[in-house]
Amino acid sequence: MNSALLTNIARFILLLLAQVLIFNRIDLFGFINPFPYILFIILYPVNGNKTGLLVASFFLGLIMDMFWNYGGVHAASCLVLAYFRPSIFKFSFGLSYEYQTVKLNDVLTPERFSFILIAVVIHHFTLFVLEVFKISFLWDIFLRTLLSTLFTIITCIIIIYIIKPNKR
Amino acid sequence: MQQIFSFLIKNSYRLLFLLLLVLSLSLTIQSHSYHKSKVISSANFLTGGVYQKINNVNEYFNLKSQNDELANENARLKALLFNKKDTTKLPELDSIKGVKKNDVIISKVIHNSYSVLENYLTINTGSKAGLKQDMGVINSAGIIGIIDNTSPNYSTVISILNVQSKINAKIKKSNHFGSLIWNGKSTGFVQLIDVPRLAGVRKGDTIVTGGQSHIFPENIGIGTIDKVYIDDETNYYTLDIKLFNDMTNLGYVYIIKNKDREEIIQLEDKTKKNE
Repeated sequence: MNSALLTNIARFILLLLAQVLIFNRIDLFGFINPFPYILFIILYPVNGNKTGLLVASFFLGLIMDMFWNYGGVHAASCLVLAYFRPSIFKFSFGLSYEYQTVKLNDVLTPERFSFILIAVVIHHFTLFVLEVFKISFLWDIFLRTLLSTLFTIITCIIIIYIIKPNKR
Repeated sequence: MQQIFSFLIKNSYRLLFLLLLVLSLSLTIQSHSYHKSKVISSANFLTGGVYQKINNVNEYFNLKSQNDELANENARLKALLFNKKDTTKLPELDSIKGVKKNDVIISKVIHNSYSVLENYLTINTGSKAGLKQDMGVINSAGIIGIIDNTSPNYSTVISILNVQSKINAKIKKSNHFGSLIWNGKSTGFVQLIDVPRLAGVRKGDTIVTGGQSHIFPENIGIGTIDKVYIDDETNYYTLDIKLFNDMTNLGYVYIIKNKDREEIIQLEDKTKKNE
Protein backbone atom coordinates (compact mmCIF):
# COMPACT_ATOMS: atom_id res chain seq x y z
CA MET A 1 0.00 0.00 0.00
CA ASN A 2 1.43 3.35 -0.91
CA SER A 3 0.81 6.39 1.20
CA ALA A 4 -0.89 8.42 -1.55
CA LEU A 5 -3.71 5.90 -1.73
CA LEU A 6 -4.11 5.87 2.03
CA THR A 7 -4.19 9.68 2.17
CA ASN A 8 -6.88 9.72 -0.48
CA ILE A 9 -9.04 7.17 1.29
CA ALA A 10 -8.68 9.07 4.56
CA ARG A 11 -9.52 12.33 2.80
CA PHE A 12 -12.58 10.76 1.17
CA ILE A 13 -13.99 9.57 4.50
CA LEU A 14 -13.03 12.61 6.57
CA LEU A 15 -14.39 15.15 4.08
CA LEU A 16 -17.67 13.25 3.74
CA LEU A 17 -18.02 13.07 7.52
CA ALA A 18 -17.23 16.78 7.91
CA GLN A 19 -19.73 17.61 5.18
CA VAL A 20 -22.55 15.58 6.70
CA LEU A 21 -21.85 16.39 10.35
CA ILE A 22 -20.98 20.08 10.09
CA PHE A 23 -21.38 21.78 6.75
CA ASN A 24 -24.79 20.37 5.83
CA ARG A 25 -26.22 22.04 8.91
CA ILE A 26 -24.93 25.55 8.39
CA ASP A 27 -27.87 26.82 6.31
CA LEU A 28 -26.77 30.44 6.22
CA PHE A 29 -29.76 32.72 5.47
CA GLY A 30 -31.84 29.60 4.95
CA PHE A 31 -30.35 28.42 1.68
CA ILE A 32 -26.57 28.76 1.55
CA ASN A 33 -24.56 25.66 2.27
CA PRO A 34 -20.85 25.35 1.58
CA PHE A 35 -19.78 22.08 -0.04
CA PRO A 36 -16.12 21.64 0.91
CA TYR A 37 -16.32 17.89 0.26
CA ILE A 38 -15.25 18.58 -3.33
CA LEU A 39 -11.78 19.30 -1.92
CA PHE A 40 -11.27 15.58 -2.42
CA ILE A 41 -11.45 16.05 -6.18
CA ILE A 42 -9.49 19.31 -6.13
CA LEU A 43 -6.65 17.93 -4.00
CA TYR A 44 -6.36 14.58 -5.80
CA PRO A 45 -2.74 14.13 -6.99
CA VAL A 46 -2.12 15.73 -10.37
CA ASN A 47 -0.51 12.65 -11.88
CA GLY A 48 -2.80 10.21 -10.08
CA ASN A 49 -4.93 7.60 -11.78
CA LYS A 50 -7.59 9.42 -13.80
CA THR A 51 -10.02 6.51 -13.97
CA GLY A 52 -9.72 6.04 -10.23
CA LEU A 53 -10.60 9.69 -9.68
CA LEU A 54 -13.63 9.41 -11.94
CA VAL A 55 -14.99 6.37 -10.11
CA ALA A 56 -14.16 7.77 -6.67
CA SER A 57 -15.86 11.10 -7.36
CA PHE A 58 -18.92 9.29 -8.66
CA PHE A 59 -19.26 7.41 -5.38
CA LEU A 60 -18.43 10.51 -3.37
CA GLY A 61 -21.35 12.28 -5.04
CA LEU A 62 -23.62 9.27 -4.72
CA ILE A 63 -23.12 9.07 -0.95
CA MET A 64 -23.87 12.79 -0.69
CA ASP A 65 -27.06 12.19 -2.67
CA MET A 66 -28.10 9.49 -0.25
CA PHE A 67 -27.82 11.90 2.65
CA TRP A 68 -29.72 14.63 0.83
CA ASN A 69 -32.34 12.54 -1.03
CA TYR A 70 -31.30 14.13 -4.28
CA GLY A 71 -31.25 11.28 -6.75
CA GLY A 72 -28.00 11.74 -8.64
CA VAL A 73 -27.36 15.46 -8.57
CA HIS A 74 -24.14 15.47 -6.57
CA ALA A 75 -22.83 12.40 -8.39
CA ALA A 76 -23.30 14.09 -11.76
CA SER A 77 -21.69 17.38 -10.75
CA CYS A 78 -18.73 15.64 -9.09
CA LEU A 79 -18.23 13.62 -12.27
CA VAL A 80 -18.26 16.73 -14.41
CA LEU A 81 -15.71 18.38 -12.16
CA ALA A 82 -13.46 15.30 -12.16
CA TYR A 83 -13.67 15.02 -15.94
CA PHE A 84 -12.78 18.65 -16.60
CA ARG A 85 -10.08 18.81 -13.93
CA PRO A 86 -7.15 18.33 -16.36
CA SER A 87 -8.49 21.12 -18.57
CA ILE A 88 -8.76 23.46 -15.59
CA PHE A 89 -5.19 22.59 -14.65
CA LYS A 90 -4.09 23.43 -18.17
CA PHE A 91 -5.92 26.73 -18.02
CA SER A 92 -4.64 27.79 -14.61
CA PHE A 93 -1.07 26.52 -14.59
CA GLY A 94 -0.16 26.58 -18.28
CA LEU A 95 0.33 23.74 -20.72
CA SER A 96 3.23 22.02 -19.02
CA TYR A 97 1.47 21.48 -15.72
CA GLU A 98 2.15 17.77 -15.71
CA TYR A 99 5.89 18.26 -15.70
CA GLN A 100 5.94 20.84 -12.99
CA THR A 101 5.10 19.55 -9.59
CA VAL A 102 1.90 21.39 -8.94
CA LYS A 103 1.12 21.45 -5.25
CA LEU A 104 -2.21 22.91 -4.34
CA ASN A 105 -1.86 22.91 -0.61
CA ASP A 106 0.80 25.55 -0.44
CA VAL A 107 0.95 29.35 -0.44
CA LEU A 108 -2.07 30.81 -2.18
CA THR A 109 -0.88 32.12 -5.53
CA PRO A 110 -3.19 33.56 -8.22
CA GLU A 111 -2.83 30.32 -10.22
CA ARG A 112 -3.94 28.17 -7.33
CA PHE A 113 -6.78 30.49 -6.49
CA SER A 114 -8.02 30.57 -10.08
CA PHE A 115 -7.92 26.78 -10.17
CA ILE A 116 -10.03 26.46 -7.03
CA LEU A 117 -12.40 29.17 -8.24
CA ILE A 118 -13.06 27.59 -11.63
CA ALA A 119 -13.42 24.13 -10.15
CA VAL A 120 -15.94 25.27 -7.54
CA VAL A 121 -17.96 27.31 -10.05
CA ILE A 122 -18.19 24.38 -12.48
CA HIS A 123 -19.29 22.00 -9.73
CA HIS A 124 -21.84 24.35 -8.17
CA PHE A 125 -23.38 25.47 -11.41
CA THR A 126 -23.95 21.88 -12.55
CA LEU A 127 -25.27 21.06 -9.11
CA PHE A 128 -27.86 23.80 -8.93
CA VAL A 129 -28.96 23.49 -12.54
CA LEU A 130 -29.61 19.79 -12.05
CA GLU A 131 -31.20 20.28 -8.67
CA VAL A 132 -33.80 22.73 -9.90
CA PHE A 133 -34.20 21.57 -13.49
CA LYS A 134 -36.57 24.38 -14.31
CA ILE A 135 -36.04 27.53 -16.35
CA SER A 136 -38.39 29.52 -14.15
CA PHE A 137 -35.87 29.42 -11.32
CA LEU A 138 -33.01 30.86 -13.42
CA TRP A 139 -32.29 33.82 -11.17
CA ASP A 140 -32.53 31.60 -8.20
CA ILE A 141 -29.91 29.30 -9.72
CA PHE A 142 -27.51 32.17 -10.36
CA LEU A 143 -27.94 33.58 -6.88
CA ARG A 144 -27.45 30.23 -5.22
CA THR A 145 -24.44 29.40 -7.37
CA LEU A 146 -22.83 32.73 -6.66
CA LEU A 147 -23.34 32.76 -2.91
CA SER A 148 -22.60 29.09 -2.34
CA THR A 149 -19.47 29.36 -4.49
CA LEU A 150 -18.26 32.18 -2.32
CA PHE A 151 -18.77 30.24 0.88
CA THR A 152 -17.38 26.99 -0.49
CA ILE A 153 -14.19 28.76 -1.61
CA ILE A 154 -13.75 30.39 1.77
CA THR A 155 -14.23 27.10 3.63
CA CYS A 156 -12.02 25.24 1.16
CA ILE A 157 -9.15 27.68 1.62
CA ILE A 158 -9.56 27.63 5.39
CA ILE A 159 -9.51 23.82 5.41
CA ILE A 160 -6.42 23.69 3.18
CA TYR A 161 -4.57 25.97 5.56
CA ILE A 162 -5.70 24.25 8.72
CA ILE A 163 -4.69 20.82 7.48
CA LYS A 164 -1.44 21.80 5.79
CA PRO A 165 0.23 24.68 7.61
CA ASN A 166 3.09 26.37 5.81
CA LYS A 167 6.37 24.63 6.28
CA ARG A 168 9.25 27.03 6.39
CA MET B 1 -13.62 -5.72 -35.00
CA GLN B 2 -10.11 -4.84 -34.05
CA GLN B 3 -10.87 -1.23 -34.79
CA ILE B 4 -13.85 -1.28 -32.49
CA PHE B 5 -11.71 -2.67 -29.71
CA SER B 6 -8.94 -0.18 -30.29
CA PHE B 7 -11.51 2.60 -30.32
CA LEU B 8 -12.93 1.36 -27.03
CA ILE B 9 -9.52 1.10 -25.44
CA LYS B 10 -8.42 4.49 -26.73
CA ASN B 11 -11.53 6.23 -25.47
CA SER B 12 -12.09 4.16 -22.36
CA TYR B 13 -11.72 7.17 -20.05
CA ARG B 14 -14.25 9.24 -21.94
CA LEU B 15 -16.65 6.31 -22.26
CA LEU B 16 -16.46 5.63 -18.53
CA PHE B 17 -17.25 9.29 -17.87
CA LEU B 18 -20.23 9.21 -20.21
CA LEU B 19 -21.50 5.96 -18.72
CA LEU B 20 -21.35 7.26 -15.16
CA LEU B 21 -22.84 10.60 -16.23
CA VAL B 22 -25.78 8.91 -17.90
CA LEU B 23 -26.27 6.79 -14.79
CA SER B 24 -26.30 9.77 -12.45
CA LEU B 25 -28.49 11.83 -14.76
CA SER B 26 -31.03 9.04 -14.98
CA LEU B 27 -31.06 8.86 -11.18
CA THR B 28 -31.62 12.62 -11.11
CA ILE B 29 -34.45 12.59 -13.62
CA GLN B 30 -36.08 9.68 -11.88
CA SER B 31 -35.94 11.57 -8.58
CA HIS B 32 -37.64 14.57 -10.15
CA SER B 33 -40.72 12.60 -11.06
CA TYR B 34 -43.05 12.61 -8.12
CA HIS B 35 -43.31 9.49 -6.03
CA LYS B 36 -41.14 6.99 -7.74
CA SER B 37 -39.45 4.62 -5.41
CA LYS B 38 -35.98 6.00 -5.31
CA VAL B 39 -32.86 3.93 -5.53
CA ILE B 40 -30.88 6.55 -3.69
CA SER B 41 -32.69 7.76 -0.61
CA SER B 42 -31.80 8.41 2.98
CA ALA B 43 -34.15 5.65 4.13
CA ASN B 44 -31.42 3.07 4.22
CA PHE B 45 -29.22 1.41 6.76
CA LEU B 46 -26.15 3.61 6.25
CA THR B 47 -27.58 7.11 6.12
CA GLY B 48 -30.45 6.34 8.47
CA GLY B 49 -27.99 5.02 11.02
CA VAL B 50 -25.74 8.07 10.73
CA TYR B 51 -28.66 10.47 11.06
CA GLN B 52 -29.93 8.54 14.08
CA LYS B 53 -26.52 8.93 15.76
CA ILE B 54 -26.42 12.65 15.01
CA ASN B 55 -29.94 13.07 16.30
CA ASN B 56 -29.15 11.27 19.53
CA VAL B 57 -26.77 14.10 20.35
CA ASN B 58 -28.84 16.87 18.85
CA GLU B 59 -32.08 16.18 20.65
CA TYR B 60 -30.64 17.39 23.95
CA PHE B 61 -30.45 20.89 22.56
CA ASN B 62 -34.17 21.28 22.01
CA LEU B 63 -35.55 19.23 24.88
CA LYS B 64 -37.20 22.29 26.36
CA SER B 65 -39.16 23.31 23.30
CA GLN B 66 -40.18 19.71 22.68
CA ASN B 67 -41.42 19.38 26.25
CA ASP B 68 -43.40 22.59 25.98
CA GLU B 69 -45.01 21.39 22.80
CA LEU B 70 -45.99 18.04 24.29
CA ALA B 71 -47.34 19.70 27.44
CA ASN B 72 -49.45 22.05 25.33
CA GLU B 73 -50.82 19.18 23.35
CA ASN B 74 -51.64 17.23 26.49
CA ALA B 75 -53.49 20.24 27.85
CA ARG B 76 -55.49 20.54 24.66
CA LEU B 77 -56.40 16.86 24.65
CA LYS B 78 -57.34 17.00 28.33
CA ALA B 79 -59.62 19.93 27.56
CA LEU B 80 -61.30 17.91 24.84
CA LEU B 81 -61.73 14.97 27.15
CA PHE B 82 -63.20 17.02 30.01
CA ASN B 83 -65.63 18.81 27.75
CA LYS B 84 -67.18 15.65 26.46
CA LYS B 85 -70.78 15.22 27.47
CA ASP B 86 -70.16 11.93 29.15
CA THR B 87 -66.56 11.22 30.00
CA THR B 88 -67.21 7.60 30.83
CA LYS B 89 -68.56 6.86 27.37
CA LEU B 90 -65.48 6.51 25.24
CA PRO B 91 -65.85 5.05 21.76
CA GLU B 92 -65.93 1.30 21.93
CA LEU B 93 -62.99 -0.60 20.61
CA ASP B 94 -63.62 -3.86 18.91
CA SER B 95 -60.39 -5.73 19.31
CA ILE B 96 -60.90 -7.65 16.08
CA LYS B 97 -62.26 -5.05 13.70
CA GLY B 98 -61.65 -1.74 15.36
CA VAL B 99 -64.02 1.16 14.97
CA LYS B 100 -61.37 3.75 14.43
CA LYS B 101 -60.80 4.75 10.88
CA ASN B 102 -57.35 6.15 11.47
CA ASP B 103 -54.43 4.65 13.31
CA VAL B 104 -51.71 6.89 14.66
CA ILE B 105 -48.07 5.84 14.82
CA ILE B 106 -45.54 7.95 16.66
CA SER B 107 -42.13 8.64 15.21
CA LYS B 108 -39.27 11.08 15.42
CA VAL B 109 -37.62 13.29 12.82
CA ILE B 110 -33.93 12.42 12.68
CA HIS B 111 -33.02 14.58 9.70
CA ASN B 112 -34.71 17.71 8.52
CA SER B 113 -33.90 19.68 5.39
CA TYR B 114 -35.43 23.00 4.47
CA SER B 115 -32.75 24.87 2.53
CA VAL B 116 -33.34 23.46 -0.95
CA LEU B 117 -36.31 23.33 -3.29
CA GLU B 118 -37.05 19.64 -2.79
CA ASN B 119 -36.95 19.00 0.90
CA TYR B 120 -37.23 15.59 2.51
CA LEU B 121 -37.28 14.54 6.15
CA THR B 122 -36.00 11.26 7.51
CA ILE B 123 -37.88 9.63 10.39
CA ASN B 124 -36.89 6.69 12.54
CA THR B 125 -39.73 4.26 11.96
CA GLY B 126 -40.24 2.19 8.86
CA SER B 127 -42.08 -0.71 7.35
CA LYS B 128 -41.58 -2.78 10.53
CA ALA B 129 -44.02 -0.45 12.29
CA GLY B 130 -46.44 -0.67 9.38
CA LEU B 131 -45.49 2.47 7.51
CA LYS B 132 -46.16 2.57 3.80
CA GLN B 133 -45.85 5.05 0.98
CA ASP B 134 -48.48 7.83 0.90
CA MET B 135 -49.31 8.00 4.58
CA GLY B 136 -49.78 11.43 6.09
CA VAL B 137 -47.35 12.87 8.63
CA ILE B 138 -48.49 15.52 11.13
CA ASN B 139 -47.47 16.87 14.50
CA SER B 140 -49.40 18.62 17.22
CA ALA B 141 -49.36 21.94 15.33
CA GLY B 142 -50.32 20.78 11.86
CA ILE B 143 -49.32 18.87 8.76
CA ILE B 144 -45.73 18.09 7.84
CA GLY B 145 -45.70 15.89 4.76
CA ILE B 146 -46.32 12.53 3.14
CA ILE B 147 -44.29 9.32 3.47
CA ASP B 148 -42.21 8.69 0.38
CA ASN B 149 -39.86 5.72 0.79
CA THR B 150 -39.64 3.21 3.58
CA SER B 151 -36.97 0.77 4.71
CA PRO B 152 -37.37 -1.64 7.65
CA ASN B 153 -36.37 0.97 10.24
CA TYR B 154 -36.44 4.38 8.55
CA SER B 155 -38.64 6.35 6.17
CA THR B 156 -38.31 9.49 4.12
CA VAL B 157 -41.05 12.09 4.11
CA ILE B 158 -41.80 14.57 1.33
CA SER B 159 -42.03 17.79 3.30
CA ILE B 160 -44.74 20.33 2.47
CA LEU B 161 -41.73 22.54 1.73
CA ASN B 162 -41.10 20.63 -1.50
CA VAL B 163 -41.96 22.19 -4.85
CA GLN B 164 -43.35 18.84 -5.97
CA SER B 165 -45.78 18.27 -3.16
CA LYS B 166 -49.44 18.99 -3.76
CA ILE B 167 -51.97 18.51 -0.99
CA ASN B 168 -55.71 19.02 -0.95
CA ALA B 169 -56.68 21.77 1.48
CA LYS B 170 -59.68 23.93 2.22
CA ILE B 171 -60.68 27.13 3.95
CA LYS B 172 -62.12 26.08 7.27
CA LYS B 173 -64.85 28.71 7.31
CA SER B 174 -66.31 28.24 3.86
CA ASN B 175 -65.24 24.72 2.75
CA HIS B 176 -63.78 25.98 -0.52
CA PHE B 177 -61.07 23.64 -1.79
CA GLY B 178 -57.67 24.38 -3.27
CA SER B 179 -54.28 22.77 -3.78
CA LEU B 180 -51.46 23.42 -1.38
CA ILE B 181 -48.08 23.95 -3.04
CA TRP B 182 -44.78 25.62 -2.16
CA ASN B 183 -43.07 28.20 -4.34
CA GLY B 184 -39.65 27.56 -2.83
CA LYS B 185 -39.15 30.99 -1.34
CA SER B 186 -39.72 31.04 2.41
CA THR B 187 -39.78 28.21 4.93
CA GLY B 188 -42.61 29.82 6.90
CA PHE B 189 -45.10 30.17 4.04
CA VAL B 190 -46.85 27.87 1.55
CA GLN B 191 -49.34 28.72 -1.20
CA LEU B 192 -52.91 27.62 -1.71
CA ILE B 193 -53.79 27.83 -5.40
CA ASP B 194 -56.94 27.35 -7.46
CA VAL B 195 -59.30 28.77 -4.86
CA PRO B 196 -62.50 29.86 -6.63
CA ARG B 197 -63.24 33.59 -6.66
CA LEU B 198 -66.58 32.87 -5.01
CA ALA B 199 -64.82 32.01 -1.79
CA GLY B 200 -64.84 34.91 0.58
CA VAL B 201 -61.28 34.90 1.81
CA ARG B 202 -59.89 37.24 4.38
CA LYS B 203 -56.50 37.66 5.96
CA GLY B 204 -56.27 35.52 9.09
CA ASP B 205 -58.67 32.79 8.01
CA THR B 206 -57.61 29.26 8.95
CA ILE B 207 -56.65 26.72 6.31
CA VAL B 208 -57.10 23.02 7.10
CA THR B 209 -56.71 19.77 5.18
CA GLY B 210 -59.60 18.90 2.92
CA GLY B 211 -61.63 15.71 2.98
CA GLN B 212 -60.88 14.77 -0.61
CA SER B 213 -57.60 12.99 -0.01
CA HIS B 214 -57.30 9.63 1.62
CA ILE B 215 -53.91 10.60 3.02
CA PHE B 216 -54.92 13.10 5.67
CA PRO B 217 -58.09 13.10 7.73
CA GLU B 218 -60.18 16.21 7.39
CA ASN B 219 -59.62 19.36 9.44
CA ILE B 220 -55.96 19.10 10.37
CA GLY B 221 -54.48 22.54 10.77
CA ILE B 222 -52.13 23.97 8.15
CA GLY B 223 -51.90 27.71 8.73
CA THR B 224 -53.56 31.07 8.38
CA ILE B 225 -54.02 33.27 5.29
CA ASP B 226 -51.36 35.95 5.09
CA LYS B 227 -51.84 37.48 1.64
CA VAL B 228 -54.42 37.15 -1.14
CA TYR B 229 -53.53 37.44 -4.85
CA ILE B 230 -55.48 36.85 -8.03
CA ASP B 231 -53.69 34.65 -10.53
CA ASP B 232 -53.59 36.50 -13.87
CA GLU B 233 -53.73 33.35 -15.96
CA THR B 234 -56.42 31.33 -14.28
CA ASN B 235 -58.36 34.07 -12.50
CA TYR B 236 -58.41 32.01 -9.35
CA TYR B 237 -57.21 33.16 -5.96
CA THR B 238 -53.69 32.35 -4.83
CA LEU B 239 -53.24 32.60 -1.08
CA ASP B 240 -50.04 32.94 0.89
CA ILE B 241 -50.39 30.82 4.01
CA LYS B 242 -48.39 31.26 7.17
CA LEU B 243 -47.73 27.80 8.57
CA PHE B 244 -48.64 26.86 12.13
CA ASN B 245 -45.59 24.62 12.17
CA ASP B 246 -42.04 25.84 12.39
CA MET B 247 -40.68 23.51 9.73
CA THR B 248 -37.11 24.23 10.78
CA ASN B 249 -37.62 22.77 14.24
CA LEU B 250 -39.36 19.41 14.23
CA GLY B 251 -39.23 16.67 16.84
CA TYR B 252 -41.88 14.03 17.40
CA VAL B 253 -44.38 13.45 14.62
CA TYR B 254 -47.44 11.25 14.13
CA ILE B 255 -48.09 9.13 11.08
CA ILE B 256 -51.70 8.64 10.13
CA LYS B 257 -52.65 5.26 8.82
CA ASN B 258 -56.01 5.36 7.11
CA LYS B 259 -57.50 1.88 7.35
CA ASP B 260 -59.99 2.48 4.56
CA ARG B 261 -57.38 3.75 2.17
CA GLU B 262 -56.76 0.48 0.35
CA GLU B 263 -60.46 -0.12 0.02
CA ILE B 264 -60.99 3.34 -1.46
CA ILE B 265 -58.12 2.95 -3.92
CA GLN B 266 -59.34 -0.49 -4.98
CA LEU B 267 -62.80 0.87 -5.55
CA GLU B 268 -61.51 3.80 -7.56
CA ASP B 269 -59.32 1.56 -9.69
CA LYS B 270 -62.26 -0.70 -10.39
CA THR B 271 -64.37 2.25 -11.44
CA LYS B 272 -61.66 3.49 -13.76
CA LYS B 273 -61.36 0.07 -15.38
CA ASN B 274 -65.05 -0.10 -16.07
CA GLU B 275 -65.04 3.18 -17.90
